Amino acid sequence: MNKKQKKMLVRILTAAAMLIALQFIPAKGWLRFVLYLVPYFVIGYDILQKALKGIRNHQVFDECFLMAVATVGAIALALYDRSGDYTEAVAVMLFYQVGEWFQSYAVGKSRRNITELMDIRPDYANVEVNGKIEKTDPDEVEIGTVIVVQPGEKVPIDGIVAEGISSLNTSALTGESLPRDIKPGDEIISGCINMTGVLKVKTTKEFGESTVSKILDLVENASSRKSRSEDFISKFARVYTPAVCWSALALAFLPPLVRMLGMGLSADWGAWIYRALTFLVISCPCALVISIPLSFFAGIGGASNAGVLVKGSNYLETLSKTRIVVFDKTGTLTQGVFEVDGIHHNELENEKLLEYAALAESASSHPISKSIQRAYGGEIDRSRVKEIREISGNGVIATVDGKEVAAGNDKLMESLGVPYINCHSAGTIIHMAVDRKYAGHIVISDIIKPHAKEAVEALKKAGVRKTVMLTGDREKTAQEVASKLGLDQVYSELLPGDKVEKVEELLKSRPEGAKLAFVGDGINDAPVLGRADIGIAMGAMGSDAAIEAADIVLMDDDPLKISKAIRISRKCLGIVYQNIVFAIGVKLICLMLGALGIANMWLAIFADVGVMIIAVLNAVRALFVKKL
Amino acid sequence: MKKTYKIDVDCANCANKMEDAAKRTDGVKDATVNFMMLKMHVEFEDGRNPKEVMQEVLKNCKKVEDDCEIFI
Repeated sequence: MNKKQKKMLVRILTAAAMLIALQFIPAKGWLRFVLYLVPYFVIGYDILQKALKGIRNHQVFDECFLMAVATVGAIALALYDRSGDYTEAVAVMLFYQVGEWFQSYAVGKSRRNITELMDIRPDYANVEVNGKIEKTDPDEVEIGTVIVVQPGEKVPIDGIVAEGISSLNTSALTGESLPRDIKPGDEIISGCINMTGVLKVKTTKEFGESTVSKILDLVENASSRKSRSEDFISKFARVYTPAVCWSALALAFLPPLVRMLGMGLSADWGAWIYRALTFLVISCPCALVISIPLSFFAGIGGASNAGVLVKGSNYLETLSKTRIVVFDKTGTLTQGVFEVDGIHHNELENEKLLEYAALAESASSHPISKSIQRAYGGEIDRSRVKEIREISGNGVIATVDGKEVAAGNDKLMESLGVPYINCHSAGTIIHMAVDRKYAGHIVISDIIKPHAKEAVEALKKAGVRKTVMLTGDREKTAQEVASKLGLDQVYSELLPGDKVEKVEELLKSRPEGAKLAFVGDGINDAPVLGRADIGIAMGAMGSDAAIEAADIVLMDDDPLKISKAIRISRKCLGIVYQNIVFAIGVKLICLMLGALGIANMWLAIFADVGVMIIAVLNAVRALFVKKL
Repeated sequence: MKKTYKIDVDCANCANKMEDAAKRTDGVKDATVNFMMLKMHVEFEDGRNPKEVMQEVLKNCKKVEDDCEIFI
C-alpha cells in the first residue's frame, strides 16, 4: 500500500464507523442533517472538488461529477420529502470510494507482480579494476570490457565467455528449466542467471543493445499497441457515459411531465428524480476501462514468463484467432543442424569433393554450408577461393584453385547444362560440378525436432484447422517430413520469394475471420513473417533479427511453445470477452431495473463496485499460464 | 523525436484523459499513455524543445486530472 492508499483506507474506515454510529443516534431535523454531512464530507470531499474542477474545465462527464450529482441529489431528495434518510447518499459515496481503493490496490499489486515476473533487469555489472571487483552501472560498461559474473548473479550484458565453466539458468528468458552448460568461447546472453561457477565475460554489446534490454523494452511497450477490444472499450466508454447522463436527465423530467400534462396524474417528481440519480450511479465506466487493459497486460506478462514474447495486445488478439499455421521447415520443425549423410557417384575422392564444396560454400552462413564445412573439418583457406557467386535458392559457383566449382541443387546443374544423377535417399542433395563436369553429389539430412510431432498434434487440439509447411527443399524430403509429422499441406522447392507468394495465396483462400500465422526461425524469412497476419519467430535467444521481424517471439526453439502461445492468447481473450459481456450486461440490466424503479441506489452502487472487483480479479487470472 | 516519461495516475480512465490532453498539446505529434506500466510516450513535432512542450503537457494533464504527475 502506498501513502495515498493508506490515507484513503483511514478515510473509508472513519466514515464507515461514523455512519454505523449515526444509526444509533436518534437525532432529528437539522441536527441529523448536519451530523450526516460529517461522514459525507470525510469520504467524499475530494470527489466533490474534482467534480467542480471538471465543470470548470468543460469536462463535465466524468465519474466524480456523476457521483457528486447522484449523492447531492439523494441528500436533496431526503431533505425535500423530509424522510431524513441520508444514509443512502453517504453509503453510495462510501462504496464508490471502497471500489476506487480496491481498484487502485489491485492494479498496483498486479502491476508489481507482473513486473516482478519480468524482472530480468540486472542492477549492476562487476568490472575488475586493478584486481578489485567493482559494481558498476551496466549502462556505463563499454564494449570489450571484461565483466565478472558470480554464481547466483544475472548476466548483465551480452558477451563471450573468456574464462570459467558454469551452467546457466535461462528460465527467465525461455521458460525452460533445464540449465545450459557454458564454457570459454561460448556466447552468453544477458538475463540468464549464472548458477555454479565464476565467469569472466568479454562484452560484445552495450547494455542498451543487449538482449535483456531489448526484451524489457519490447514487453514494456507491448501494451501500448492496443487491441481491437481495447479500442472498442475506450470508444464505448466515451459514448456510454454521456448517453447514460442524458438518459438520466430525460428520465428525471420526461415521465413526470407526461404524467402531469398528458395523463393528468400527479407528477411524482421525487420518485423519478431518484431513478435518474440511480442511473447516474450505474453509469461509471471504470470496471470496463480498467479490466480490459489489465487482462491483456497480465496475459502478456504471463506469456513472457513462459518464454513467449508478445509485442502487443493486438497480436495476442490475432493469435487467438489463428486457424492456419504455416511453418518454415528448417530450424522450425527440424533442427537445422545438417549432417553429411553420404557422398555418391563421385569422380573424385570423398575428401577432395568435400574440400571443394566447403571452399565454394565458405562465404555462406546457410546451415547447409555450415554442415559441409563441419564435415570437411580442415582449416578453410579463403585465399584459394575467388569469384564466389551465390545464386539464391540454387547454390554457389566459385573458382577454387583455378577450377570452376559449382555446388547446388538440380536447378543449378540444369542452368549450367551439366547432366546429373538423381539420388534416391531423402535429404538435401548438393550436386557438384567441377569445370562443368559432374563430380557426384553430397547427401545432407536434417533431424526432425523431438517435439515436432507433438507440437503439430497440440496445434490441432488448440483449434488450428490447417497446418502447412513451406520449404526450399526437394519434394521427396519435404513429403517425408510432412507425413512423419502429420502436416496437411506441403509446398516444396520454393525460393525465398516464392514463400511470400505462397503465404499470400493462402491468405487469399482462407475463410473469413481465420488468421494465418507463419512460424520461422526469423533469420532469412523476415519478409514472410511480415506478410502473414502474425509472424512467430522461434529460437530467438540472441538473434536480434528475429526479435525485430516477428510479432511474437519464442525464446527457445521448442515448437510445442507455438500451441502454448495460442492457448495463452485464447485464455486471455476469453477473459477479456467475459469481462466485456459481464460488465456491460450487468450495467444494462441495472439500468433497466433502475428505470423501472426496481433497483435502488444501494443495488446500483453494489453492481458498480462488485462488477469492478470481479472483473479485476478475473483479469488477474490471465497471469497464470504455467499449466496451459 | 520520441521520449518516454514515468507518470503517476490512479485510474485507467484518468490515464485516457491524460493521453487525450497530451495529444491536444501544441508541439506534440502523438502521445500514448501506458497505464499498466505507468509510462507516457510522447512524439514531438520536429524542431520543438521537449522540455518546454512537456511543461505544457503537464499543465494540460493537471487541468483534466489534478491527481496526476509526470516525472519530467
